[in-house]
Amino acid sequence: MIDVTINGKKQSCSEGLTIAELLDSLGMNSRAIAVEINQQIQPRDTHRQVEVNDGDILEIVTLVGGG
Amino acid sequence: MSDSISENPSQAEEVAGDLDQFCIAGHTFQSRLILGSGKYDSFEVMRESFEVAETQCVTIAVRREKLHDSSGRNILDFVDPSRLVLLPNTAGCYDAETAVRCAKMGREILRGLENPGADWVKLEVLGDSRSLLPDPIELLKATEVLVKEGFQVLCYSSDDPIVARRLKDAGATSVMPAGSPIGSGLGVINRNSLQIILEDLKHGDPDYPVIIDAGVGTASDVAVAMELGFDAVLLNTAVARATDPIRMAEAMKYGVKAGRLAYQSGRIPMSRYASASSPEVGVISKRQ
Repeated sequence: MIDVTINGKKQSCSEGLTIAELLDSLGMNSRAIAVEINQQIQPRDTHRQVEVNDGDILEIVTLVGGG
Repeated sequence: MSDSISENPSQAEEVAGDLDQFCIAGHTFQSRLILGSGKYDSFEVMRESFEVAETQCVTIAVRREKLHDSSGRNILDFVDPSRLVLLPNTAGCYDAETAVRCAKMGREILRGLENPGADWVKLEVLGDSRSLLPDPIELLKATEVLVKEGFQVLCYSSDDPIVARRLKDAGATSVMPAGSPIGSGLGVINRNSLQIILEDLKHGDPDYPVIIDAGVGTASDVAVAMELGFDAVLLNTAVARATDPIRMAEAMKYGVKAGRLAYQSGRIPMSRYASASSPEVGVISKRQ
């Protein structure tokens, strides 16, 4: 297991997970989501290749109402 | 303008038939009303308000996905990205670096949705949470970075004409001064500064889009802004928090149209004294 921070919250997850696998395990709707790792945006077409590493800080964001 | 108290010079030459389209950042809209999608009591009321207002562009915010979503309802189930151009904002950002990250996240989401609004952003970089007024220095920094990154940057700005000019010079697609603080409902409180901004940014560049963003409370505020010569109005709270948001959305639609028509029609100059509407000859009274 590795430790990561997702949206400000520390969590453990399996080693070697790709971003796509992590999103699946979190049950997050991937249609309207953007992912940043260590303040670098991770384009959607890389989610199946890029793996999450120990200590990574992830932001997973979506759209909400706003002005 | 400079030697009279006229509100507007005649803009009749701008009227081009019935088609009065609003062009910005490669988009062409029939509507000059951009609505925010926050603060509605329900997604259903929001959707109905957008329809009644006949808006074609809607702002939207980027926020952390909830780790455990209880409602399961996403705003995108109520905003059809194929019919409305979404304009992602950077609301809640207080420094240039965070605003740039937020803009990139919004772009990434909209690319995934194949929404044509993917390359633009309503850039907000706030100075403090009480006034929600922009931090002009961080705003300018973020604008420079995002323009370099290929964004079409629509800057939520204060009503400072010099800041507005610096933002345009930095490559902003549009400068969007506040009529008054966000959500305040105070309307257009610094008409003179806004007129200076309009004159300055449109000097030699009449098609440069200048949008009034924030502060309007009701339809007459919107009409005032459009009469000054703004190209469009962006508002949220005035509709979303009205007692009857759907009806207010309709009022705002007419406010924008009335103000735009009045602007194009060239209003009469203001005068300190009266000017009789009835003929002054043939009057039966002897009074002078």
